[in-house]
Amino acid sequence: MSTSIEPQRPVLELRDVRRMHGTGENVVHALRGVSLTVLPGELVAVMGPSGSGKSTLLTIAGGLDTPSSGEVLVEGTALSTLSRKGLAALRRRSLGYVFQDFNLIPALTAAENVALPRELDGARARVARADALAALEEVEIAELADRFPDDMSGGQQQRVAIARALVGDRRLILADEPTGALDSETGEAVLRLLRSRVDAGAAGVLVTHEARHAAWADRVVFLRDGVVVDETGSSPGADVLLEAGR
Amino acid sequence: MSVRQSLLALLEEGPSYGYQLRAAFEERTGSTWPLNVGQVYTTLARLERDGLVEPDSADAEGHVFYRITDTGRAEVASWFASPVERTAPPRDELAIKLALAVTVPGVDVRAVIQRQRTATLRALQDYTRLKVRGADGDLAWSLVLDSLVFSTEAEVRWLDACEARLARAAAEAREAPPAPPQPRPQTAPKEARR
Repeated sequence: MSTSIEPQRPVLELRDVRRMHGTGENVVHALRGVSLTVLPGELVAVMGPSGSGKSTLLTIAGGLDTPSSGEVLVEGTALSTLSRKGLAALRRRSLGYVFQDFNLIPALTAAENVALPRELDGARARVARADALAALEEVEIAELADRFPDDMSGGQQQRVAIARALVGDRRLILADEPTGALDSETGEAVLRLLRSRVDAGAAGVLVTHEARHAAWADRVVFLRDGVVVDETGSSPGADVLLEAGR
Repeated sequence: MSVRQSLLALLEEGPSYGYQLRAAFEERTGSTWPLNVGQVYTTLARLERDGLVEPDSADAEGHVFYRITDTGRAEVASWFASPVERTAPPRDELAIKLALAVTVPGVDVRAVIQRQRTATLRALQDYTRLKVRGADGDLAWSLVLDSLVFSTEAEVRWLDACEARLARAAAEAREAPPAPPQPRPQTAPKEARR
């Protein structure tokens, strides 16, 4: 839902990405030539049956796995040109993951969890904490900053995870079934939040098998057997469907 | 049927004339099912004939107000008290299309399913956008939207199930070569399967 008219540089670009596991007769093609571009302010949902390559796509986009061929660019930088160290730094600075089971560190408070990637990136503790508090503010749980994950509800923990994914200047959020462990109302609140962080300028890729959740995205991409079989395209708006005179 | 009950229910709040009833109905249902005013007046005439409403005074502009009768109130109460009847399923073009697609030779059923899924998801995206756009403060409208969201989602899930079932059937056909076609038993039940 980006409003800028100028062409924007994609936050994420996958160019003809292929990924094979195994060799010879046992080769499995997890991805067979997937191209995908995600702009700032854009949320793209990836749907598909299990085994279609959804999760592979996300781990490759996040630099956690490397394509067998093709190229992945994050904010214009080709991941293949980076050293291991450079890749780790880019992962810390540019992108954040959100998982189904939140993956927060139980021994750290919400603020400490969110500050961690900043500190790992060399930010001073005071700066990292300030960034973390700002990120928690953005996900509307500033008051829970000093709580431990175990003392929070699932929805609150996922908000912390989203704050952690977007703390600092990071603009790419990769979410793997982020609502899977939540009841439907809490799940919807998490999507609403994800949507609003993307509307504020981030870019997001959301892997989900729930159509109701994918529908929050600007674009839904259908993956099957490692290829994109269809996508909904970005739609101009809802007025076509319903005469929303409100 | 629902128009009749809805107008009666709206009249429980106090006397109204046709245009007001139409506006109130559309406001609460987000103009999802538009009513024309002719339909409203025809319905009011029937309700009057059946003794459920009666004409009240007219205002300076000549609008005739209708008032609900005690019989009408009882009808509204019984409407809210009883579940909506599930009569024979309405004709469902998509179910029919798929039933034919799997039987008519030469149809790429997976493609039919995928095209539909994309279109249905697009509709689901549109409903979701309407939700985001602020049906929030409006309880009646947001319930109607949720109903659309859930039934659209159900369609996607059904399409997923169809696809999985087709894949399973194809796998079974590969494993065991098909038996020669059997004539259908004459005693098969006549009613529709779905």
